[in-house]
Amino acid sequence: MAELSASSTHAAVHPPGFRHQFEDMEQQHEAGNLGMWVFLVTEILFFGGLFASYAIYRSLYLPGFEAGSRLLDVKLGATNTAVLIGSSLTMALAVHAAQTGKRKALIFFLLLTMVLGAVFLGIKFDEYATKWHHGLVPGLKWAPDEEMHNNAPLGSVELFFCFYFFMTALHATHMIIGFGIMTVMTVKSWRGEFSPEYYAPIEVSGLYWHFVDIVWIFLFPLLYLIGGRY
Amino acid sequence: MSGHVVSVRLYVTIFLLLLVLTGLTTGVAFIDLGDYNTVVALAIAVVKMLLVVLFFMHVRYSSGLTKIVVLAGFFWLAIMLTFTMSDYFTRGWTPTPSGWGPSISAPPNP
Repeated sequence: MAELSASSTHAAVHPPGFRHQFEDMEQQHEAGNLGMWVFLVTEILFFGGLFASYAIYRSLYLPGFEAGSRLLDVKLGATNTAVLIGSSLTMALAVHAAQTGKRKALIFFLLLTMVLGAVFLGIKFDEYATKWHHGLVPGLKWAPDEEMHNNAPLGSVELFFCFYFFMTALHATHMIIGFGIMTVMTVKSWRGEFSPEYYAPIEVSGLYWHFVDIVWIFLFPLLYLIGGRY
Repeated sequence: MSGHVVSVRLYVTIFLLLLVLTGLTTGVAFIDLGDYNTVVALAIAVVKMLLVVLFFMHVRYSSGLTKIVVLAGFFWLAIMLTFTMSDYFTRGWTPTPSGWGPSISAPPNP
């Protein structure tokens, strides 16, 4: 082995994408997934703090939180949930395409995931604009008219909207970061950097995207649905 | 060689299930179940989360080590929520003797 030049043996010994510190591709794949999950666990606790404080303040100021919740548009919220679940499907199909070595399908599904993500952010922006118009943005434009809040304690409604904007904006920030990741993945796929042996970046990006979807799966009922709409 | 390939059919089935559950949770929100509205909404959200984690995120097909890390994450979240709630939701249980100042349980609605 020592007599052979490093450059000629390198490609033969190592599959594309293989890093030297790992025993084999199996171990590298396992390590990558595990590392991503450790990061996602920190993200679970990061959002978990917000969910905990939301639960406490909701229980303390329930009438205001319910009144605030009823001011949100359920149709737009449900549509956005469906859009995001759709983007999770296309992301899963992108991973499938990468695993089966279908480069064109991989690029197509990555782009479709980004399109659905853009639709989600567009609807979110439209909701923010409506809230701005109605004067329901704490700190920046807080001037709700009488009919909007139905005699609910205004301070509690304002607190609800603080949570609404902070939680949804933090979620949207994650979506925008996901956008950047998907752009990089699309370029890498275009260059043909992935194969059925090496697609770890696609799978790990998928884990991130699905995580952001899960956060919304909880935000939707907590913010839009449990405000006593009957 | 690395990673389980989930069939497209299963992905689409999970997607349709998630859509049905989204419709269900939205519909139930308009029916008066009292306190159970919150319980049902969160239960459906947990089922949706499990579908995404197990199938879309491949945890069902992952190694034991990954599964433990995922479970540990949710376990730590449960610790955080339980200990925080056990403080806030029990503050009114014990009476505050007079002379100790006002109770620190829920302040009045602003």
